[in-house]
Amino acid sequence: MSQIKIPIGPQHPALHEPESFNLILEGETIVDAEVKLGYNHRGIEKACESRNYIQDIYLIERVCGICSHSHSTCFVQAVEEIAGVEVPLRANYIRTIIGELERIHSHLLWLGVAGHEVGFETLFMYSWRDREIIMDILALISGNRVNYAINTIGGVRRDITSEEVAQILANLQTLTERTEFYLKLVNDEPTFMGRLFGVGKLSKDMAISMGAVGPMARGSGVSRDIRQDDPYGVYSQIGFKIVTDDHADVLGRVIVRVNELLESYRMLRVLAENLPEGPIAVKVPRKIPAGEAIARYEAPRGEDIHYVRSNGTEMPERVKVRAPTLANLASIREMLRGGYLADFPIVVAALDPCFSCTDRAIRLVDGKNDHVIDWRQLREYSIGWHKQRGVELSKIGC
Amino acid sequence: MLKKLVKWARVKSPWILHFNTGACNACDIEILAALTPRFDLERFGVQLKATPRHADVILCSGPVTKQAKDRLTRIYEQMPEPKFVVAVGTCAISGGVFDGCYNVEGGIDSTIPVAAYIPGCPASPEAIIDGVVKLLERIDQPEHFQEARPVYIGEGESK
Repeated sequence: MSQIKIPIGPQHPALHEPESFNLILEGETIVDAEVKLGYNHRGIEKACESRNYIQDIYLIERVCGICSHSHSTCFVQAVEEIAGVEVPLRANYIRTIIGELERIHSHLLWLGVAGHEVGFETLFMYSWRDREIIMDILALISGNRVNYAINTIGGVRRDITSEEVAQILANLQTLTERTEFYLKLVNDEPTFMGRLFGVGKLSKDMAISMGAVGPMARGSGVSRDIRQDDPYGVYSQIGFKIVTDDHADVLGRVIVRVNELLESYRMLRVLAENLPEGPIAVKVPRKIPAGEAIARYEAPRGEDIHYVRSNGTEMPERVKVRAPTLANLASIREMLRGGYLADFPIVVAALDPCFSCTDRAIRLVDGKNDHVIDWRQLREYSIGWHKQRGVELSKIGC
Repeated sequence: MLKKLVKWARVKSPWILHFNTGACNACDIEILAALTPRFDLERFGVQLKATPRHADVILCSGPVTKQAKDRLTRIYEQMPEPKFVVAVGTCAISGGVFDGCYNVEGGIDSTIPVAAYIPGCPASPEAIIDGVVKLLERIDQPEHFQEARPVYIGEGESK
């Protein structure tokens, strides 16, 4: 049968962000898929180099509006490691509370989007209505609905009062009941299960070899979670269990995310009840000593990695962001291959893709043959380029 | 008579299209939140449409990146006349925090003409509703749609 190539995106009803896919079809079946990214590339990493650390926190939050706290926490963790700062326990608790609230809002948002993609609009409206409870709590604690700006280097910027704690605990009860209803729905509703079962298969071995992270990996039965593997914040103290599922398809990913919601409610309850007294931040000098660090953080979508290199001034020399969606993109071809065209939206949505996080890397195309160059090659190229023009730059350290 | 009917339909039920030109998703989820039960933009007859060919109003969020610029122009050209552009969020107004980045062109008005600006980082659903309603009032007033002046929403009602 002849093959047809169908372009999807950048503006497409099934996609909420500008990204482009080329699907190669044989009849209804997807044979292969190409992913084209870069519509969202803004150059944040470069912009970070021309701003100081405090300004960078503001900028790094805008890497992604959904998991803004993940990125800013990851960034400040890296900077704190370079500066050798010990964050007060209360600050760590507050960070973790916001982190878990963010996970809840992100998962509820995702559940709605998944419902929308399979034509289950009621679920979309239900879960977004419940999500507003979390948005209210976040607005109460941090003053903003989406970009919380709670982090600063050495701690957090706003304290949580006991009334706010009471408010969180009161709302958790409603959310738990609602989520148990969703869990029942996911496990019992035949139309919903029938639509998702066996769609977008990603076997356990494949998930490991493709380097899937977050709920994607856990939905394929891989027990991978940075909160457990490389604990940060207070996760080693509060204890939690990793939710995995063996369905290895979209249904598995839904089950993992809904169960993670329940786990997050439980953790929030523990965090809010055991919130210790003490200072919320320590003072850190504006100039960070020279050094480099990598921080890892379990964002709602998976493992987020930030690399920061400082040179003793108040601005970082290099910041690198590896967002979870980038790690998950490798497996998208595997999941789409052999599936139907109509399954494309839900398979992509099951990734919980965030392309504004992902569009970091830059690929140079020189017209004839495209190639990717790394940092060292780029530096050598730049030295050579200047040498031709009579400027000697090779003495300057990298 | 027919003209009047069309205008009535347009104001009472504008169809909107949402396009992300390089935003961080924050404004996008707030636009979606404005359509869900708590805020329910649909009570003003606003409906989210999937294609530019059906849309009267395009809600743009985010700074215009170099790669998204051509697409934005193309989508704008595909929309039938009269068409109105709403820039949602600080980045869409001026480039915001990304102003000066090497891959960012600037605000939406660097590429296509904008009818209404809604500030905020991100713009809250209330602000989006306010902006859309004000735009609808403005569409209702002038005789020539092309001459509809930009509406500024927010502090002091002017920019």
